Order: sequence, then C-alpha cells, then structure tokens
Amino acid sequence: MQPLILAYYFFAGITLFSALFVVLSRNPVHSVLWLILTFFGASGLFILLGAEFLALILMIVYVGAVAVLFMFVVMMLNINFKEIKSRLTKYLPLGVLIGLVLFVELGLVFGDFVPVLSPKGDKNLLINEEIENTRQLGLVLYTDFIIYFQLAGIVLLIAMLGAIVLTHQRRKDVKKQDILTQIYRDPDNSIELKDIKPGQGL
Amino acid sequence: MIEIQHFLILSSLLFLIGVFGIFLNRKNVIIILMSIELILLAVNINFVSFSYFLGDLTGQIFSLFVLTVAAAEAAIGLAILVCFFRNKGSIAVDDANVMKG
Repeated sequence: MQPLILAYYFFAGITLFSALFVVLSRNPVHSVLWLILTFFGASGLFILLGAEFLALILMIVYVGAVAVLFMFVVMMLNINFKEIKSRLTKYLPLGVLIGLVLFVELGLVFGDFVPVLSPKGDKNLLINEEIENTRQLGLVLYTDFIIYFQLAGIVLLIAMLGAIVLTHQRRKDVKKQDILTQIYRDPDNSIELKDIKPGQGL
Repeated sequence: MIEIQHFLILSSLLFLIGVFGIFLNRKNVIIILMSIELILLAVNINFVSFSYFLGDLTGQIFSLFVLTVAAAEAAIGLAILVCFFRNKGSIAVDDANVMKG
C-alpha cells in the first residue's frame, strides 16, 4: 500500500468520524470540538490534493475564527440544552430515511461516473508544478479574479456590519456624549444674560 | 494511486452527514448551523479534488469564495441567534413562531 493512500484513509477517517460526532454528540460544546477536528482532517486532505494555501486558510479561518465564534455563542448563551434534546429519537427514523435515500441517489450517480479529466481552462489557470500553490493562486486571484476578490471583501464587510448592528445593545442607563446635540445647540436659547445691580441678589 | 472517486465518495458521505444532522437536530439552531458548515466543507472538498485531478486552478479559487461566504454566513447566523435568544430566552426552532408560519 502506498503511503499516499494510507494518508488519504487516515484523514478521510478522521473527517468522517468527527463529522458524525458533530451531529450525534449530546453536548454542543463537544460538537464544536468535533467540528474543529473535522476541519483538521479536511485540511490534511487539501494538503494531499496539493492545495496548501486552502488547507492553511481552512485552519486559520475555520479553526481560528468560525469555530471559536461558535464556541463563544454556545458558552455565552445560557441555554437549556437538555430540554431541546429531549425528543431526539423522534426525528431519528426520518433522518436515517432521508440520509439513505440521498445516499442511494448519489450512489446511482457516482456508480458509473467517469469524469472527463482534460483541462479546458485558461492557460494561466493550469496548475504549474514548478510554482508554489500560494504564489500561483495569488497570480490569478489579483489579476483574472480581482472583481470577485473585491466582491468577497464587500460580502465580508456587510456581514461584519450586519453582525454588529444585530447584536449591538443600546443601554439606557449609561450616560453618553451626544456630539450632534452639542454642535446644534443654539447659544441664543441656552445663554441668558442677567443684569444684576450691585448689592442685590439675583 | 488515489483516484478522484475516493474524494467524490468522501465528500458525498460528508454531505449526507450534514443533511442527516439537520434532520436529526431539528430543534437546535447551533447544530443546524454546524451541519451547514459540514455541507459547505463537502462542497469544498469536491471543488479542490476536481481542481487537482483536472490540473486547473479554478476549483481552488471558487473554493476560496465558498469559504468566504461560509464565514460570513456563520457570523450573520450566530448574530441572529444571539438576537433571537435575547428576545425569546431560548434557541429552539419551535419558538420562532412570530410569523405564524
């Protein structure tokens, strides 16, 4: 057996096993931890496929950001998970049935599927073994795909703004400086001149 | 030698686990979001394996954009979840019944 095949089965086993436990585990914190392991397995598979940049991005973005975000939400919200989980077995037959139907359908599709493996793309999109993967991705990402790259940035910006707007709480018991009110304040209405005679009070 | 079928079977199995998870944990929004992440990961594995076996870089670039959208979707979904929890005090899907749908 070749070492590549062994590595493939190792990473594929990790990915599938931990993905199954993401779905099955009773505690959502454990689910998030299994999800992290799934991403590790998938990034190993990406390295096997020669996509080092995507593998490392998967580690940084998913393990470093998305999984931690999930972890924060799971731990910060005081959720009664027992109540939610109580009727798990009710949906099990339906889930298994739908999974089986989809599996049979996909099996029918992939059973005698012979992919036509001849590259038809642009010449500078062909994978060049002499250049590193990251460098080659950068060479096309900032030239041919610059529009899509910028659009992805805009999508992320909008997601960030949306998350902030959705979760921001305006508290009433905190005194804050309202700059606009200060600027628009009219001296005629707010300053009053009093002529006080000497020796008298106001 | 590793064939493309290996990866296609793996990604279809991962996709199925994701769909299975949505049906199994219909009441828990957090697990549903994680199942969606699994489905998107399966799609990414498909893209990257086709990219490798075709010798074409387009699959990897598309996979990068799928990753971006998945991250944005997770952030927005969790923000909505936090909002929902503040209003309702629970994250069960059955409690999302304001629209009487």
